[in-house]
Amino acid sequence: MSVESLTSLRLKLAAQDIDNRSSVPCALPPATVLQIDARDWGKAAETAKSEHWRWAGVWADDRGFDLTVNACLEHRGTYLILRTTLAPERASLPSHAPYYWAADRPERHIQDLFGVRFEDHPDPRRWIRHRAWDEGVHPLRKEFPAAGSNAEETPPDRDYPFLKAQGASVYEIPVGPVHAGIIEPGHFRFQAVGETVLHLEERLGYVHKGIEKIAEGRDPDGLARLAGRVSGDTTVGHAWAACMAMERAAGIEIPLRAAYLRGILAERERVINHLWDLGALCNDVGFAFGYYQFGRLREQWLRENQVHFGHRLLMDRIVPGGARVDITPATAKAMHRSITALRVELDELLTLLDANSSLEDRFLNAGILSTELAAALGALGFVGRASGQTFDTRRDAPYPPYDRLKVSVPTESQGDVSSRFWVRYKELRAGLRLLGDLLEGMPEGERVARWQVPAEGAEGFAAIEGWRGEILCFVRFGSDNAIRRYWPRDPSVINWPALEKLILGNIVPDFPVCNKSVNGSYSGHDL
Amino acid sequence: MLQLYGKIFKTGVLTEKVPKLAKPGISATEREEPIEQVGQALKVVVDKRFRGSLAIRQVDAGSCNGCELEIHALNNVYYDVERFGVHFVASPRHADVLMVTGPVSRHMEAALKRTYAATADPKWVIAVGDCGACGGEFGVSYASCGAVSNVIPVDLAVPGCPPTPLALLQGLLSLCGRL
Repeated sequence: MSVESLTSLRLKLAAQDIDNRSSVPCALPPATVLQIDARDWGKAAETAKSEHWRWAGVWADDRGFDLTVNACLEHRGTYLILRTTLAPERASLPSHAPYYWAADRPERHIQDLFGVRFEDHPDPRRWIRHRAWDEGVHPLRKEFPAAGSNAEETPPDRDYPFLKAQGASVYEIPVGPVHAGIIEPGHFRFQAVGETVLHLEERLGYVHKGIEKIAEGRDPDGLARLAGRVSGDTTVGHAWAACMAMERAAGIEIPLRAAYLRGILAERERVINHLWDLGALCNDVGFAFGYYQFGRLREQWLRENQVHFGHRLLMDRIVPGGARVDITPATAKAMHRSITALRVELDELLTLLDANSSLEDRFLNAGILSTELAAALGALGFVGRASGQTFDTRRDAPYPPYDRLKVSVPTESQGDVSSRFWVRYKELRAGLRLLGDLLEGMPEGERVARWQVPAEGAEGFAAIEGWRGEILCFVRFGSDNAIRRYWPRDPSVINWPALEKLILGNIVPDFPVCNKSVNGSYSGHDL
Repeated sequence: MLQLYGKIFKTGVLTEKVPKLAKPGISATEREEPIEQVGQALKVVVDKRFRGSLAIRQVDAGSCNGCELEIHALNNVYYDVERFGVHFVASPRHADVLMVTGPVSRHMEAALKRTYAATADPKWVIAVGDCGACGGEFGVSYASCGAVSNVIPVDLAVPGCPPTPLALLQGLLSLCGRL
């Protein structure tokens, strides 16, 4: 963690007459909260940008008497939360989007759900709002009932103003929301000439099911269950982030053994998802051998999950205060064996994949996300790391158990599909090594800490490294142990816009493999 | 290339000779034998009722993607659902069965109805997962219609969060058995 970067930013802000009081005691440790005046909101982002802070997310919170907007920034493992307070009846705020590309859609999300107007926003179009609720009605305001007041039938969203390209031989391809495979729904609008993509526009929000709203009023166990379903393939990641945020709000230290158990579950999730993606990438370029081999290895690990932990995808295994499952010495031994076995298999597959020229032909130079673009966006996880971005929460802002382990973060610099394929492969190997270390170093002790009801208004923030990248989470408790605000941020929210850029100039038939190489979560984005 | 063939031969056919998990304490439904039995029974029905070919169009109407992962698993080498005559198709126009997951988000309501309308009769709908069966963790809200049956007629619900590939196979069998 670097205190200097924070001090330097605060001096810069002060030099511009931007008031930046930090709350004492700190409201959201280990992040620092700076209270910023609404009129300085844009300037604060501009200053942070010039100091190379990464923009990580924004959320609003209707506290009843006022509305806060919080932007999360990160620099060298230090998390900073800019907070401003608005009057609910005329909520308006300078936008961060002119300075940070990544702020574009999250701000529009808040605009649709909270009715906060962002001045100087480059794109005033609605984003998460289709037709499920009326314009001028904002579901995340407290007075809006979770049940809503819905019409018999939700009309389809036909009038979204897509950007149109015009010219000789330019044509448009609309795809989705129902896709041709077993995949989540979303809409893609291509403008193309011949086979070349001129422009791609994403239209998401189809799986918006009101997670942030229905979290309100839940108890900690209920929130952990809901968090585990923000994105089905990241159930461990989101449940961990939500539990960590709740534990910080309640001032609970989890036992070290629980942290190790969570680490094991998270690394297993990483290994299984990377195996699946490696197979799916092979499948998308017609290399069935890879698809079946990786699918076979994944299924073996899923079955082990069932045997060791009672659930194939590990849902509901992380609970507030600790973990629901434990590991016996016999289980640890069995897991060591399967780690060794998987390593041998991966060694064998490595040479086969490397020697396959047809694979190389489709992967190399397809869908390039340049290092500059990735840095400008703040791309996360394997998408960022394939384009030279080295950030990894486990290493750069470590939390137990990773603060006791050596986390290696493989990177590539070419930014193409091939880089994203091989970064996944290397992350998978690193995950196996971590799993071994976690099993070796597992301390004795309890696996759950006793829950303590947090004070009314208690807030908690967490940043953990899910398999797709950094997951952020914010919670605020009301009275009686009930959640009043839950904000999860999946890394997909940051990475989805990257797909629009990296597909440009590629051929339309390469879209599936480019899309898969980014593999954004729709559910985690739409919430 | 020779290496690749070598790996294929060494891997062998996992589908027909499903290895037993040596671990004790796993429930009977998770053992491997039922896959063969359920699958074979399913094949008999598919052969008889669908001339050996049952086409499924999967529609995610708002799920968290957990159900999709398990539906995908039906295609891996262990389950290899195609050997029973069951296959997933790209268009509702090619489908006998719609396999719908998720609580139906309000933003997917119209798309799901249209997909249903585009599927030729006779057609059957399977609601997959707790969410599809009853709304699950999400229920009905300003953004969610809840269970699939709240939007289109459902012939069978396969509960589970998410249902295992075996549960999905058993669901298919019980649907086909009823026809």
